[in-house]
Amino acid sequence: MTASLLEIADLRVSFRTSRGISEAVRGVGFTMGREKLGIVGESGSGKSLTGRSILRLLPPGATLRASRLVFDDIDLLAAGAATMRKLRGRRLAMVMQDPKFSLNPVMTVGHQIAEAYLAHQRASASEAREKALAMLEAVRIRDPHRVYDLYPHEVSGGMGQRAMIAMMLAPDPDLLIADEPTSALDVTVQMQVLAILDDLVSERGMGLIFISHDLRLVASFCDRVLVMYGGRVVETIDARRLAEARHPYTRGLLACLPTLEGGEGELATLQRDPAWLAAP
Amino acid sequence: MSSVATAARKRPTPPAIRFAGGVLRLLATVAFTFFGLLLVTFLIGRVVPIDPVLAAVGDRAPAEVYQRVRTELGLDQPLYVQFYRYAMAVLSGDLGRSVLTSNPVLTDIKRFFPATFELATLATLLGVALGIPLGVIAAARQNRAIDQAIRVLGLLGYSVPVFWLGLMGLVLFYVHLDWVAGPGRIDVAYEDLVETRTGVILLDSALAGNWEVFRNAFAHVILPASILGYFSLAYVSRMTRSLMIEQLRQEYVVTARVKGLSEARVIWRHALGNVMVPLITVVALSYANLLEGSVLTETVFAWPGIGQYITNSLLSVDMNAVLGGTIVVGAVFVGLNLFSDLLYRVFDPRVR
Amino acid sequence: MSEATASREWRAWLTAEAPSSRLHARFVRGYATALIFLRNPLALTGLALVVTLLAVAAAAPLLAHGDPVAQDLSRRLKPPSAAFWFGTDELGRDIYTRILYGARITLGIVSLVVVIVAPIGLLVGCIAGYLGGVADGILMRVTDVFLAFPRLILALAFVAALGPGIENAVIAISLTAWPPYARIARAETIVLRDSDFISAARLLGASPGRIVLLHVMPLCLSSVIVRVTLDMAGIILTAAGLGFLGLGAQPPSPEWGAMISAGRKFILDQWWVAAFPGLAICLVSLGFNLLGDGLRDVLDPKQR
Repeated sequence: MTASLLEIADLRVSFRTSRGISEAVRGVGFTMGREKLGIVGESGSGKSLTGRSILRLLPPGATLRASRLVFDDIDLLAAGAATMRKLRGRRLAMVMQDPKFSLNPVMTVGHQIAEAYLAHQRASASEAREKALAMLEAVRIRDPHRVYDLYPHEVSGGMGQRAMIAMMLAPDPDLLIADEPTSALDVTVQMQVLAILDDLVSERGMGLIFISHDLRLVASFCDRVLVMYGGRVVETIDARRLAEARHPYTRGLLACLPTLEGGEGELATLQRDPAWLAAP
Repeated sequence: MSSVATAARKRPTPPAIRFAGGVLRLLATVAFTFFGLLLVTFLIGRVVPIDPVLAAVGDRAPAEVYQRVRTELGLDQPLYVQFYRYAMAVLSGDLGRSVLTSNPVLTDIKRFFPATFELATLATLLGVALGIPLGVIAAARQNRAIDQAIRVLGLLGYSVPVFWLGLMGLVLFYVHLDWVAGPGRIDVAYEDLVETRTGVILLDSALAGNWEVFRNAFAHVILPASILGYFSLAYVSRMTRSLMIEQLRQEYVVTARVKGLSEARVIWRHALGNVMVPLITVVALSYANLLEGSVLTETVFAWPGIGQYITNSLLSVDMNAVLGGTIVVGAVFVGLNLFSDLLYRVFDPRVR
Repeated sequence: MSEATASREWRAWLTAEAPSSRLHARFVRGYATALIFLRNPLALTGLALVVTLLAVAAAAPLLAHGDPVAQDLSRRLKPPSAAFWFGTDELGRDIYTRILYGARITLGIVSLVVVIVAPIGLLVGCIAGYLGGVADGILMRVTDVFLAFPRLILALAFVAALGPGIENAVIAISLTAWPPYARIARAETIVLRDSDFISAARLLGASPGRIVLLHVMPLCLSSVIVRVTLDMAGIILTAAGLGFLGLGAQPPSPEWGAMISAGRKFILDQWWVAAFPGLAICLVSLGFNLLGDGLRDVLDPKQR
């Protein structure tokens, strides 16, 4: 655990609805260094919004507040639009869930990667092309020259997601937020993509925030795990010590997961306690 | 026969064949539509209360003459035979003879069409050149003041009668400000000074290098083209805006922002790029709508195009000319729809 | 004190999350919809304009300054003044009065067209959507054919054949105005026909006719209403265009398009003869457009 890369305290994201103000993220806080941090939660727990808050790319109508939002000594709350633009891509990046939607349908895959590189680097078009090809190789795409000229709808889900990773890592950022990066992929492809992500993140000494609903996946992949429920962090734990989790929600989640070895008759279901929604 | 086996045996149709199939379906629809157009114009021609035989022979002709002319005109045949004859005639280019000019209607139309083409094309160019940027800006600044202003500007274009705006424009820009020339396509002094090669005076004079005629023609066309262009602008900007709004909601826009691209690049390169293909349809439809609006505009500006031809024929109840003009404009209308559909198929990498 | 509690109780009832009855639920939805609508200033302006049109048309005799067709050649072509708010035309008639009565004609034409076109379009669309198959194919081809026709030109041809007059103008416009409604109704019907309550009605033995008329068509109404409002301006403009060409209401009827045409001869010096009827058309069309836009945002948010 190196010096802290990201510090968040009391993060709150709220939306104005027809019935008043609804808080989707209620005082989330954590610190991370160049490690792999997992954020686990069900839909509506606020995990995706937490990720987007770091990049300050919230949907319209959302209000962000925090007492502290600092990336590598840069105050993200006070940063202006120009500063954020310089940070995004170059130092902060995000891989989204479904490459069918997160890639521009009318630009070739290679061109989109080259564009990510050129956004923060003065280089010629051919240099950018070379870099894009190199990135495609780095994500283990076997025929980078052919794939470079393909459109997003012409590549498979796994390849598209690898291209997305290539695109986000091209400018060599320090922190990568992966928002459900494998949820739209087949199980076999999931493992491949995760392995690539793991290698690249470790190679480059990056920080990774891995957002998912899959507790076991996150635990096997990350160093630390944050469990979110109802907009709050209910538990922070080392991935290796997941079995020792203390919060009833986490324990409930663990108990619900079926294992290959089989178990004791009926699968447990999660019993929700409204007390978990109250402030700790 | 298990369904799995059947499924495994079916090979997906290659994209080229799918494309051809789509084109064929389109052509079939167009043919059917044109057939409908012919049918409707035929029926309209038949509901005219004036008896065409009487019109030809006069109301004092004896019965045998009446019968003879009736047979000559084919009016004693059953309706479907008459329609068949009519359709065949139209398809071979015979739209009848104009009562007013005594020329074949098709000849008249060919003479008047370039003027309408000139006006509609110029107007569409203006409308698109201004309408697309306005629509993009409105979408990028959705719900803010500039967006509301652009929307109202567009809505006004849907609310104001084109002939009235033309009149008011003439009063303001011609009579009071003297910025443009008056009604008509060109000053009488310059008529026929330039050889007619395309029928479009602006092009002909430019090709001949006669800049005096060009300037005069321009002074005449600029006001009606701007008025019609405004209507094109209203439609194009509105469509562009709604298309852009939908695009700006997509995930790839978030990706582009995550990459740290400038907002301008996100909007004009990424989002707009996804809108170009549907915009082609919008432009083609805008052109088609302008052809309609030209009927009224040409009347106001004494512009010698198809619109004025149809209107004049209408007032003298020259049904051949009216119906002939309707068929031609209708055919162009339908043709434009087909053209835009084809373009859509050709350019969208996903539809291919 | 009791007033505040009374209004609070009303609000609570109207925003209840668990309505007590179907009628209550309808009120709750209506209130939410109305709130969104009322927050839109442009939509409110549109509503105001349309209501003004209706009021003016209804109260024309009360608001007018006399007889719209009364000629007085001694005061022809007078500019706007205290006596004649919009001036007088070439036959000495008060333009303001004529515009007020012209509102009736405009409203009449538009209402007639809508009354003809909406039911026909709804019927064709619902039948096509419900029956599917060959019937759907044929009906939709016919709809597409009419949809592809240039509206004004076809109306011109029609009126040319039958002669000028309001009735012919109405029929001519209706001929090309119905296809969009058929399309909308068909799209909605296709979504509805597979729903459970339709299947339930079928199981109970309801005939297809009954199902289409009583169950399906009412549900398509809201989309049709939105479309009708949006189309109004187009119908008004087409009617005005026909009037301008002398093919609509005949003189001395104070139809706005015809008034513009009459004023054309004097446009250079007596601009008001043509200007004011045109402004009236603008305002009325704009009102319907704003209203239609607002309604669509509220009732059909996906249809931006």
